[in-house]
Amino acid sequence: MSNIAFKTISKIAGPLMFVEGVKDAAYGEMVEIKLANGERRQGQVLDTSKGLAVVQIFGATFGLGTTGTSTKFLGETATISVSDEMLGRTFDGLGKPRDNGPTIVSKEKFDLVGAGINPYSREEPSEFIQTGMSNIDGMNTLVRGQKLPIFSGAGLPHNLLATQIARQAKVLGGSESFSVVFAAMGITSEEANFFVKQFEESGALGRSVLFLNLSSDPSMERILTPRLALTTAEFLAYEREMHVLVILTDMTNYCEALREISAAREEVPGRRGYPGYMYTDLSSIYERAGKIKGRKGSVTQIPILAMPADDITHPIPDLTGYITEGQIVLSRELHRLNIQPPVDVLTSLSRLMNQGIGAGSTREDHRNLADQLYATYAQGKDARALSAIVGEEALSDTDRKFLKIANEFEKRFVNQGIDENRSIEQTLDIGWDLLSDLPESEMKRIKSEFIAKYRKKPPVEIGE
Amino acid sequence: MSNSIVSRISGPVVIATDVDEAKMYDVVRIGELGLLGEIIRLEGNKSTIQVYEDTTGLRPGEKVVNTKRALSMQLGPGLLTSIYDGIQRPLDVLREKSGDFISRGKIIPALDQQKKWDFVPKKKKGDEVSEGEIIGEVQETPLINHKIMVPFGTKGKLSEITEGKYTVNENVAQVKTTSSSVDIGLSSWWMVRTPRPVLKKLPPESPLLTGQRVLDTFFPVAKGGTAAIPGPFGSGKTVTQQQLAKWADSNVIVYIGCGERGNEMTEILTTFPELEDPKSKRPLMERTILVANTSNMPVAAREASIYTGITMGEYYRDMGHDVALMADSTSRWAEALREISGRLEEMPGEEGYPAYLGRRLAEFYERGGKAIVISPEERIGSLTLVGAVSPPGGDFSEPVSQNTLRVTRVFWALDANLASRRHFPSINWLTSYSLYADDMTNWYKNNVSAEWIELRKEAMGILQREAELQEIVQLIGYDALPEPEKGVLDTARSIREDYLQQSAYDEVDTYTSIRKQSLMLSMILEFGKMEEEAIKKGIPSSKIGSLEVRKLLSKIKWTKESDIDELINEIKVNMKQQFDKLFMEVTL
Repeated sequence: MSNIAFKTISKIAGPLMFVEGVKDAAYGEMVEIKLANGERRQGQVLDTSKGLAVVQIFGATFGLGTTGTSTKFLGETATISVSDEMLGRTFDGLGKPRDNGPTIVSKEKFDLVGAGINPYSREEPSEFIQTGMSNIDGMNTLVRGQKLPIFSGAGLPHNLLATQIARQAKVLGGSESFSVVFAAMGITSEEANFFVKQFEESGALGRSVLFLNLSSDPSMERILTPRLALTTAEFLAYEREMHVLVILTDMTNYCEALREISAAREEVPGRRGYPGYMYTDLSSIYERAGKIKGRKGSVTQIPILAMPADDITHPIPDLTGYITEGQIVLSRELHRLNIQPPVDVLTSLSRLMNQGIGAGSTREDHRNLADQLYATYAQGKDARALSAIVGEEALSDTDRKFLKIANEFEKRFVNQGIDENRSIEQTLDIGWDLLSDLPESEMKRIKSEFIAKYRKKPPVEIGE
Repeated sequence: MSNSIVSRISGPVVIATDVDEAKMYDVVRIGELGLLGEIIRLEGNKSTIQVYEDTTGLRPGEKVVNTKRALSMQLGPGLLTSIYDGIQRPLDVLREKSGDFISRGKIIPALDQQKKWDFVPKKKKGDEVSEGEIIGEVQETPLINHKIMVPFGTKGKLSEITEGKYTVNENVAQVKTTSSSVDIGLSSWWMVRTPRPVLKKLPPESPLLTGQRVLDTFFPVAKGGTAAIPGPFGSGKTVTQQQLAKWADSNVIVYIGCGERGNEMTEILTTFPELEDPKSKRPLMERTILVANTSNMPVAAREASIYTGITMGEYYRDMGHDVALMADSTSRWAEALREISGRLEEMPGEEGYPAYLGRRLAEFYERGGKAIVISPEERIGSLTLVGAVSPPGGDFSEPVSQNTLRVTRVFWALDANLASRRHFPSINWLTSYSLYADDMTNWYKNNVSAEWIELRKEAMGILQREAELQEIVQLIGYDALPEPEKGVLDTARSIREDYLQQSAYDEVDTYTSIRKQSLMLSMILEFGKMEEEAIKKGIPSSKIGSLEVRKLLSKIKWTKESDIDELINEIKVNMKQQFDKLFMEVTL
């Protein structure tokens, strides 16, 4: 079958091409399309029946015609050849070299759409990753094998945060660094250059694999890019025993490509025109993070997505949040106050935090301290809102204390700049420092033994 | 020789032509790999099939074989402690056979086919038996006694029954009916989409105790009741569901992870064997069945997972057990329906969901309940259903939430604002409700205390008063409030922080018995009353707030059940002394 070239194209609509007379194209089979001028493009079968195959074209439809174009069904589903040589290399969104280096030739070929990990084979992620960022380590701890997205907005410094994490991330007591697999979907060349430069400067480039689909590249490639990256990451993690950090940016562009195909297929749309199966599709990407029993490596994911109009209820962040194990949310308000990273700690969350902290991994008081900081900061923010209406004088003494702590929390705990790498002890100590003013009766989240052991200053009596 | 072949493939939906004796919901095997699917539409010689496995690589022209049986599952000893995917394949065995990633086309029996179970007869040869009657038992786990029942529709004389060791596929007894003889094995088969019948449904009268204070005290679900727990992501749906699975006082727990995270199932698998049932001190896993169809597993199997789960629940209910089933999350199940419906090009209802969404949800929740099961000797079992809902953007007006609320009687509203300030469980006490609370008044009177209902009403009254007062505070500031109102706010805060907030991760706080709950609440309200009285006498609320005994109140939740009486006495004594001292100062 793979030798027959079909020229029977009946229709081209958006990214889809309808090929007639095809007897038995496999669902998901890869297709090579040859234009009249000899140029070649790739595609994949989306719907197949006797006599008709619907092919999704990766790349532009520019120059395609219903006549003169020939289509070859390749007899295999989408795969990528992987090898150790990939480290330090840059590829395009379809996995072809972008850096003038040689094509990867390898016996090891993996399906892009891997079968799901059997939940029974998974190992519970529990190794604390020290990112050196107080707001993550202290409040929303990342662990190996987790998927923790950054919810950002246009113009917010998510790239700085992501590269800082990639640069500083390490496991306590371990000397090995993370390998980085970076997949760019529809970002500008400027942004891409920023990442490449950052990896270069920190010396991480040698243990990185980059897949770049820029804004000028065909949007349909974006469907494959994250899968190429994750297949490579899984190879490095499970076959080569590396700990891999996968950065996917920007998932919003990925979802838009998904919507484009869905619209072209005239499917019944779900919310805001995105297809009803977007949850399932996104989970086939995000769920590829994890650890497997008996294998050494791990895949940790940090997807980045720009929330359209900073709206966290938009389908893309919404569905992502339902799949990922938490989220780091950036705040425009904090960004304006010049706080770097501008992480909104209250809406951020790490679901796997509890597994990675406490005695033996970070420190025994970590959970209690984080809970107390959360509650105190939330109350401080309430007090701030209240004081905007009634004035600070009308606040109760306790509320004034909360307000002060909230301000300090933002300035000293969250704010740390792009170069500071804090150890977990430093982070927790700043936390205790902030709470030193709070009367013990307000420390309801912390066990008295920890207060006795870690509290910075003797309690000041209130109400006297 | 059948010439039934695949004619079209579109994602999880396959159309086949000339399927042998095709009937709705027949299970078919597709292609060389033998992928499992189910017929969901018939038109002329065309059968539309939803496929439970990934269809990548499948080609038109591959053959289709009809098993001529609806989706069924094997029920028998060995279900407990297992973890299944959506179509009842044991994931641990699947891992042994096909490695760490789920491969396709594998058929694996749900129950261990080799294991021998000790069968103890409860009837003897010659006894007259009829449908549903227990003829013998197998100790399935140290916690659960598995009853072997006469199949539905069978009535006659036991012609054979022998004690001994049997596998699930061997027969333990035989019944001579008027026309023929029926073999009874250790296991039986049931079609998952058909509810198992009961004799009569009963009104629920006792609560399912969960050890979670906000649930047990304010919004209890009855044994055999239905509850919905909707909330945006990060509001603690899964943690709440897991807490229920851990601490609910039912005999059997079925936990369905429907389209959720793989790591969450792993967490259950690692923690449950280590956790002890508070009563029996046995590992919780011994009463638990897990169904895990994670989000990256095929979407049609996700649709089926709800039905396989509830069928197992009904089976244990029929033995006379109290069963609780948690489904996390029914929204993912509804999305699976939507996806399949979209591929069938059906006319969509609201937000793209099929028009039959409401009916399917109602049918599911109707399978719960407390009931007299079919059997000549009276036997009562219950099946409690708790469904998580994941509304997009946390908006409860969407179709899945709304259709669920129409049929469930308890509503636990999760609140993102509470979650973001780490008030867990983040169940909003103003919007949640339980329609069972009043039905169970008698139970509380007899089993907790005569005052319990009053305590609960009083506490809820204070919380509602707080909400009103907060609005005033927003306008004029806290300092401008009159002292008595400040007192109300103090008590409300104490209820919120010392009572409603409960840490799932603290060894002691994770579970609170109903007795401890009533002691806690009465102490907090007692303090509130004393404060009210003190304020009347002119003592400022700030002074009362700094009383030492206040600290003791916040300590109750961290105190073990065995030390609780001592602490309560200490509080009573201290409270009296310290308030008396305050009163003395005023009168002087």
